[in-house]
Amino acid sequence: MAREATEVSYGDVVSRVGRGEEELSTDRMTLSMGPSHPSTHGVLRLILDLDGERVTRCEPVVGYLHRGDEKIAENMTYNQFVPYTDRLDYLAPLANNAAYAIAVEKLADLEVPPRCQAIRVLVSEMSRVSAHLMGLGAYALDMGAMTVFLYTFTEREKLYTLFEELTGARFTTSYTRIGGVARDLPEGWLGKVEKFCDQFLPVVDECSNLLTRNRIFVDRTEGIGVISKEDAIGYGLTGPNLRASGVALDLRKDCPYSGYENYEFDVPVGTKGDCYDRYLVRIEEIRQSVRIIRQVVKSMPDGSWYAEDAKKIFAPPKDKIMTSMEELIQNFMIVTQGPQMPAGEVYFEAENPKGALGFYIVSRGGGVPYRLKIRSPSFCNLSILPKVTPGCLIGDVVSLLGSLDFVMGECDR
Amino acid sequence: MSEEIIVRLQERFAGVTPRESLDWPALNCPVEQWPVLAAALKDEFAYTFLADVTAVDWNEASPRFTVVYHLFSVQKHVYLRVAVDCPDDGEPEVTSVSGLWPTADWHERETYDMFGIRFRGHPDLKRILMWEDYPYFPLRKEFPLAGWETDLPDREVAAATGAKVIGAPMMGGPFVAPHEGPMSEREPRGGDETWTEKNPKPKE
Repeated sequence: MAREATEVSYGDVVSRVGRGEEELSTDRMTLSMGPSHPSTHGVLRLILDLDGERVTRCEPVVGYLHRGDEKIAENMTYNQFVPYTDRLDYLAPLANNAAYAIAVEKLADLEVPPRCQAIRVLVSEMSRVSAHLMGLGAYALDMGAMTVFLYTFTEREKLYTLFEELTGARFTTSYTRIGGVARDLPEGWLGKVEKFCDQFLPVVDECSNLLTRNRIFVDRTEGIGVISKEDAIGYGLTGPNLRASGVALDLRKDCPYSGYENYEFDVPVGTKGDCYDRYLVRIEEIRQSVRIIRQVVKSMPDGSWYAEDAKKIFAPPKDKIMTSMEELIQNFMIVTQGPQMPAGEVYFEAENPKGALGFYIVSRGGGVPYRLKIRSPSFCNLSILPKVTPGCLIGDVVSLLGSLDFVMGECDR
Repeated sequence: MSEEIIVRLQERFAGVTPRESLDWPALNCPVEQWPVLAAALKDEFAYTFLADVTAVDWNEASPRFTVVYHLFSVQKHVYLRVAVDCPDDGEPEVTSVSGLWPTADWHERETYDMFGIRFRGHPDLKRILMWEDYPYFPLRKEFPLAGWETDLPDREVAAATGAKVIGAPMMGGPFVAPHEGPMSEREPRGGDETWTEKNPKPKE
């Protein structure tokens, strides 16, 4: 069994190089990372040119999840497209639903009642919390801190239970309709949301305690993947990634929609724009979202949860369809021909967990959009990779990808 | 307030005309003025953020393709929509603005990929969502929802298997129901339920 083991010691190599005996030479190689790689969080592929362990060039290849959502939208009525919005950023379907509905309502020049607005703010913020929990947990996992992932997933699970109670589905919620939401809040649901918030904040603190001063985590994120203010704006970054670079741009504050102006919250902004700042911004955004959720729960207005006067747009409640002729006809028209829209063009961006999700709708009247363009934040956020990765170590690419927190379903549409 | 910018731009650029819009100020820009206008919008009017680039295919109309830009002012928090008509319907082309806003690089690649509109001066104009050899431009109006049969992206696999990328099966799908004929034929149905008055259920 005795075997002579020749130990290769780094100390040896270093001392030999120090004596000038041997040059440590690096090899150039091209590495294809992804499309199925655990740190590319989906089907992103990176073609990396390496010099030793250092990246000299990075070319992202996207489109593996392209499903032609925009083409599909041109072939169906406005309400039929709601389920497709679930599948954009599938970590925050409720926020996508709300953003899409608001965009179409802008086209229809339709005002929804305050209760509906508040419900949409509430579900958008809850999905922001759940999306950030996922992003944070997966990021920590990539950086070798597995525990955080377990904590955040437990909390996210509680949120999904609440979503299921509200919408009937955990992921594919399809909760909004043009002119309202699918159904009112269940009885006692707001109390459960409040209870969730109460027990949730200590967990956020715990996660933050595990990471914020964690030596390994800080070493792997601080000063890595620095994105300057100018680059962040130039490359169209939005959401936490933009704010981490020091640009205080938040559409909820700057172009308020759905009644966001009624709630108090702060917009966390980073200073350096490195991976660590992006982490800090996200964890603070979770706290701010909880702040908004508490306010909405406290001030939830009574009244209708859909636009009652929008006869040509929102389908009437089921019990009325079954008993009243007029409502039956109204429902029939909306289902067969779609909600009737005026001709025109609108562009609306909502502040989603990943950034500004935009819808550009060209209508020629009728119930089907002539053209619907989805401006996806993940697509723009990824476009900066060729700019920031050169010079990074290959391990830093993992850190950078995790900190950008993208979703390929939204990037590829 | 919203129209003020349009008036100011019209004074500077003769060809610029206001465009109908339901929300933000919007303008039409002739294709040859676009590079100058874009630079002015970025440097003088502080539209430093390019939110989106896309195109619209007007199908039978001419000019057929319109490239639409959405600009955002980070200071004033307002959007501006600029529409540039492509003069040539057969080979639409617009000057690239990726030098001004780096984000335009990917957006223009996507617009090229989906509509076949070329961007003059783009550093590397190639497909982004579809694969490189894909022969069609899917968001053009003549392209059917189901798609057209094409070769597989991987030539080796295609040669070995003879497989093709086939159009999506539409029957039974949620979108398509022909508008003529008896209702029993119009209704999308599953494979085991295609019995109609003309095609009765077989006796067991």
